This record gives sequence, C-alpha cells and structure tokens, in this order.
Amino acid sequence: MTSVLGSVSLKFSDEQSMLMDVARGFLNDKAPTDKIREFLESDQGYEPQLWKEIVDLGWAGIALPEMVGGAGLGVSAVIPVVEAMGHALLGTPLIDSTLAGQLLLRAGTAEHEPLLEEIAGGRIATVAFLDGGDWGGANLALDIAQNGVLNGTKTFVGCGHEASLILVLGQCDGEPAIAVVDAADLKPDAVSVNTLIDLTKRTAQIDFTGVQAKTVLTGERVVTAIRDYRLLGALLTAAEAAGSAARCLAVIIDYLKTRKQFGKLIGSYQALKHPTVDIYCGVEDARSFCYHAASLLNDEPLSHDAEIACRMAKVSAGQTMSYAGDRAVQFHGGIGFTWDCDSTLFIRRGQWSHQVFGDAIHHRKRLASLLLD
Amino acid sequence: MAESKKALLSFQADVAAWMKENVPSDPGFLLPLSFLEVGTEQQLDFLRAWQRKVWEAGFLGMHWPTEYGGQGADPDYQGVVDRELGRCNAPIMFNTIGLGWTGPLLLEMGTDTEKAKYLKHILSGDEIWCQGFSEPDHGSDLGAVQTKAVRDGDEYIINGSKIWTTLGNYADHMILLARTDPTAERKYDGLSFFLSPMKVPGVDAVPIRKVTGEYGFNQVFFTDTRIPAETLMVGEGKGWGVAMKTLEYERGVTAGQATGHWMVAIGIDDLINDLREFERDGAPVFEDPAVRDEAVGLIMEAKALSLSARRMGVPALTSDFPMGLPLSSKYRGTEWSRRMKLFGAAMQGAQGALYVDDPDAHRGGFWQRAYFSNFGATIGGGTSQVQANIIAEHVLGLPK
Repeated sequence: MTSVLGSVSLKFSDEQSMLMDVARGFLNDKAPTDKIREFLESDQGYEPQLWKEIVDLGWAGIALPEMVGGAGLGVSAVIPVVEAMGHALLGTPLIDSTLAGQLLLRAGTAEHEPLLEEIAGGRIATVAFLDGGDWGGANLALDIAQNGVLNGTKTFVGCGHEASLILVLGQCDGEPAIAVVDAADLKPDAVSVNTLIDLTKRTAQIDFTGVQAKTVLTGERVVTAIRDYRLLGALLTAAEAAGSAARCLAVIIDYLKTRKQFGKLIGSYQALKHPTVDIYCGVEDARSFCYHAASLLNDEPLSHDAEIACRMAKVSAGQTMSYAGDRAVQFHGGIGFTWDCDSTLFIRRGQWSHQVFGDAIHHRKRLASLLLD
Repeated sequence: MAESKKALLSFQADVAAWMKENVPSDPGFLLPLSFLEVGTEQQLDFLRAWQRKVWEAGFLGMHWPTEYGGQGADPDYQGVVDRELGRCNAPIMFNTIGLGWTGPLLLEMGTDTEKAKYLKHILSGDEIWCQGFSEPDHGSDLGAVQTKAVRDGDEYIINGSKIWTTLGNYADHMILLARTDPTAERKYDGLSFFLSPMKVPGVDAVPIRKVTGEYGFNQVFFTDTRIPAETLMVGEGKGWGVAMKTLEYERGVTAGQATGHWMVAIGIDDLINDLREFERDGAPVFEDPAVRDEAVGLIMEAKALSLSARRMGVPALTSDFPMGLPLSSKYRGTEWSRRMKLFGAAMQGAQGALYVDDPDAHRGGFWQRAYFSNFGATIGGGTSQVQANIIAEHVLGLPK
C-alpha cells in the first residue's frame, strides 16, 4: 500500500546553491532595509536601476529554456532567488514576470518564443487572473471575442501599472482562454493602482474592454497551464514568505537578545521564547516544503506529488509568515506598534503572503481531496 | 551501480527473507509499545529471546566492531535492518539503554577493558542496562542531581534515589550520574558517571504503575550501596560531560546506536487507514470537512518531519541554523506523535471511551493506549518544554 506521505524527495542542485549565494550577497549589498523603506514611497516599489541589474544577472530568464535566451534551469532554480528577495523584503516584477513566462511557455506554441525571449531579456510581464477577491473561483468572467477583442476588467494584477506584456485570463466561446495583450494597446485610464497592505507590492485593476489581443490561446494545454500557473504562483509566494519569515525571526531574536524589562533580557522569558521557537520550526518546515516542491518540478505539467508539495508549501509558509509578523509586532511592545519599527513591514508582508494565490484554508481543502479521497 | 550499493541491496534481500521466516507471530499477550513499558517477566523473556535471535543472525550492532560482538559493517547496514524490522512490525529490541546509549558511549569514550566487559552482553541481551539520571526532585534539571557517591578505598558508597528508571527492576547495570563533590563551585563539576552494578546489596527497585495501567518504570533506592571504584567512567567530577554525551545518543543527535528499533512505530498511514472504518453522522469519517482538515494538518506535519530528516543531509539548506533540525527533532516528532495518537482515539466516537482489556475496544484500545504511552516520549529525555528552551538557547541564541 502506498503511503499517504507520497514523495519525500528533497534535492538541492549546485545551480540552486550557487544562485542562493549570489542572491543573498547581491541583496545584502543592494537592498538593505533603509533602501527598502525608501522604495515604499516610490511608484514601482523598487529602483528601476535595481531591476536592470537583476535582469543583467539573468534572473528574469532563470526558469526559461536556453533556446529563448533563458538559463534553462526551470522554476526550481528561481526558488532560492525569490526566497532571498523575500528575506530582503524587496518587491520587484521577478515573481510576476517568471509566472507569466511559465504560463506562456506552458500554454503557448513556437510562435510565442519571441515573447519568451523578451521576458528573459527583462520585459516586464504579468498575468491578469482575478475577477475579484476569490482565488478559488474560475475567474473566467472576462469575455474574449473570436476576433480577439476583450470585454471586461481584471483586478489585483501584479505590477499591473508597469507591465508591458499582460496575459489575460478569460473565456472565449465558453472555454478558458488566454489573451496576450500589449500594455501599449490599453486605453488611457484603463489602469487604476490598488492601495495594498504590503507596501513593497504593487497591483492594479485593469479595464481591458475594447482592447485587441495580439493572440489568443485556447485548448487543453491552456487549462493545464492555468492550473500550473496557480500552483507555481502559490509556490513562489511560499518561497518569498519563507524568506520573509526567516528575516522576521532574525529581527525578533535580535530584539529579544537586547531589550531588557524587569532587569532581564526579555528573551529569557519562556512566554516569548517558546512562540519564537514555534516560528523557527515553521520557517524550517516552510523551507523544507519549498525545496521539496522544487525537487519535483520540470517544464512538464505538474505531477500529483508536485501539486501536493506546492499546496503544502503555501499553507506552511503563509501561516508561518502571518504568525511571525503578528508576533513581531507584539514582542516589540510599544515600539512594535509604530510605523518606523520593521515589524510593521513584516506584519504587512504576512497579510499579503497569507492570501495571494489562495490562503491556507483554500489549499488545505484541496489537499484533503488529494490526500484522503 | 556502485558495488557498495549492490551489496546493500543484496543484504536487504537477505534480511527481508530472514524476517519473513523468523519474526514471531502474536504471542497471545500484550507486548509493550516501547522499551519503556516492559512490565512483566513474560514480556521480558519473550523480548530477550527475540533480541538474542536477531543478534545471532548477525543483524544487531551492524557497525559495532566484531571483537565486541558487532558486525564491523557500515552504519547503513543497521539502517536496512531497522527498516525491515519496522516494516514487519517486529517486536522491539528491548535493551535500548545498552544498545542505543551506553554502547555507543562506551565505543566513543570507554576504555578497552570497559568495551570488552560490557558491549557483547548488551547485544546478546544477557545483561540489561538502565539509566540513573532523573531523581524524584530533579527531573528535567539534571545538573541538580543529589544522589551521593562517596569514595571508600576501592569502592564508592552510593546513597539516594533515582526515578523513572526504565527496566530498573530487571537491570544488571545502571549508567549512574551521582554527586561526588557537594562543595564544587559549579554544580556540574561535582558530578561523576558510573557503570554501576544493580545486582548488589543495598539496591532496591520498586515498579511504578503508569497512566496506561502498565509498568516499566521504577524508583530505585540506594542505601549504603557499595560499588567498585573501577566502575567510575572517565574521572571524578567529569560526569556532566559524559551525561551530556549520553543524551546526544538518547536524543538521536549523534549516530552510533546498535539499532533504532525500540518502539512500535506508529505512523500517519496507520492512523489514516485505521480511521476509515469509523463513521460520523452516518457517513465515513473522512467525509466530515472538519475531520478532513485536521487529518491534512497531521499529514503535513508527518511530511515535514520526513523532509527535515532529508534536509539534514543538505548542508547548503541548513547553514542558517546548523544544529537546528537535529536539536528540534525530538520536540517536533514526539509532540506530533502525541497529537496524532490523540486524534486516533478521539475520532472513534463512543468507542474512544473503551480501554485495553475491553473485548469491544477497537484494536484492544490501541490508540488510547498509544496516546497515553506517548507522554513517555514528550516528558522523558527532557520534557517538550525543556526541549523548547534548548532550541531557543542553543539554536536561536536566546538568553537563559
């Protein structure tokens, strides 16, 4: 009888290891917390120059095949980079562009290779997925006519204010379809930026009504690619959250080792110690699930085990980050309640990571079917 | 395929074949769930014979030196044996304190004389070992041990009491932590470590009945007990370091155990498969959304534990907290296990109120008994709360 545990594979390649080292070093250098705070107020949430450097490092094409100018390493190799960016609390178009690249790679054909080349070269791409707040819904309300003209609005589009290439999910003749849209074809005032809880992130609501798509993808490949996009989105969010939670843990530990009350370092109180251990254990689990999931990925449709792994990674990392941010505010006491304390950034990241690509309840419900039925 | 891997696979086939022939069937009486619960002569005789049989077949202490009764092989070979023992639900190797803790400790720190005197009998099961660390007033605070050892010529005179002494009423030897210098400035420097004989005058072991209704623990009283001075290990005042090393073996932080098969492994598959036969609201239990969600949580934790074990082998993924995964594995594993077994008991509806010996109890009250028994793991060897302190202080660097 097979075990309900399924695969427990965990591999870590030299490429992943190298990318982890490079990313950690680069971000320590280029994205210290005072910089991150400067970025919060900017339109993009990051420095355009920094994105250029990231593109020069080849990160925009890590997951894409070599034939379109990528590194051919797959999403697995993006995990350590995204984790390091989560650790730095740096928001850039990397996750959105990587996911758009995966959706196009998995749903498209040879004729879309030039677009993939542009994404690998740093063209900012994104996926317009949500119709509203329901990550579990079909999100097919937008209509794509036979002639490729769109009618409808999508919301919470990652980097929607600056993406140059947008893959829009909708339905064409009642079937799921993806319209490939050049942002230059959007009408003036089509984009309205959301005010987000996580100030390092940017999303927008976009009205696509009347926009002519460059091309429309349909068929069975599209259905599978959308499923995989959602799972890979959950996984990359998990990796980012795992990195942020690890950083949050470090900040909590630092405070517990320096702050004194009642004549004692507050870290000596078990009421603070034990929840901090719980956060630590959560961070370890989140990392284990993320790298386990990474071990099961390739450019093919995601396997049953890979789906389970992505969902578990999201549950674990989302809950851990949310808890870590919550406790970071509480454990910093009065100062933790203030805008200038870094715990502010973490509790906000926690609320972002918790919901994006489906919260814990969303994934646990689906895991129950995958594991028990 | 590498030669070593081929040899290992062929060995695995041999072990599997042997197990098929030799793993005893249900003896018709209750067997202990772990070495902590050997409570009757009947259980002891059965388990001693079984351990001897496994040792004689050449499957115990695979990586211990041949001169001391081992097989002189790579540690992977014991891993193969342990997996097969688990797979066959074979009875446990009961002499755990010898096989798992004292043996590897002697191999690492013992003299040749000590190794020659003790190791082989540990493997054969001829000589049973117990551990004298905890005291009635000092459970988790091991450094505060009060049992006294006073030097008198070629002997030490022991006075005091140890508690939660597994196998204490059957044991031939005890690894004993006692205070030789009550005046030492640091309490730890006053402690010494003995390989103390149990079958001598002045040792009295009184069995303790547990929450499960079974036995296995003892309180051991020493009254002017004279033991040979040569049973002192390493040196007077060096006991704390030896005890800490012992705990590393006990907690599985350091490898070297002659076997790891010392409890009936109850895994997540046992739980999920077993619960399927129960109903709730007139439908299979796993159609209930709340039950499903709890089950998912337990499965995820089980998977995380398995993945942690694998991650320990990937240095690049453990560099942030190098000792974190090994030092937290007891805390995580035993707490998960407790909750998992509780779930097994709690999902049975009214059946969950039946206990061992009731003819209608599901599998003889298996989950109820396993749940209670599991407290031995969340309390023994340092309570979960102390484990959390250890992780906080030694992994995260928080102040004491």
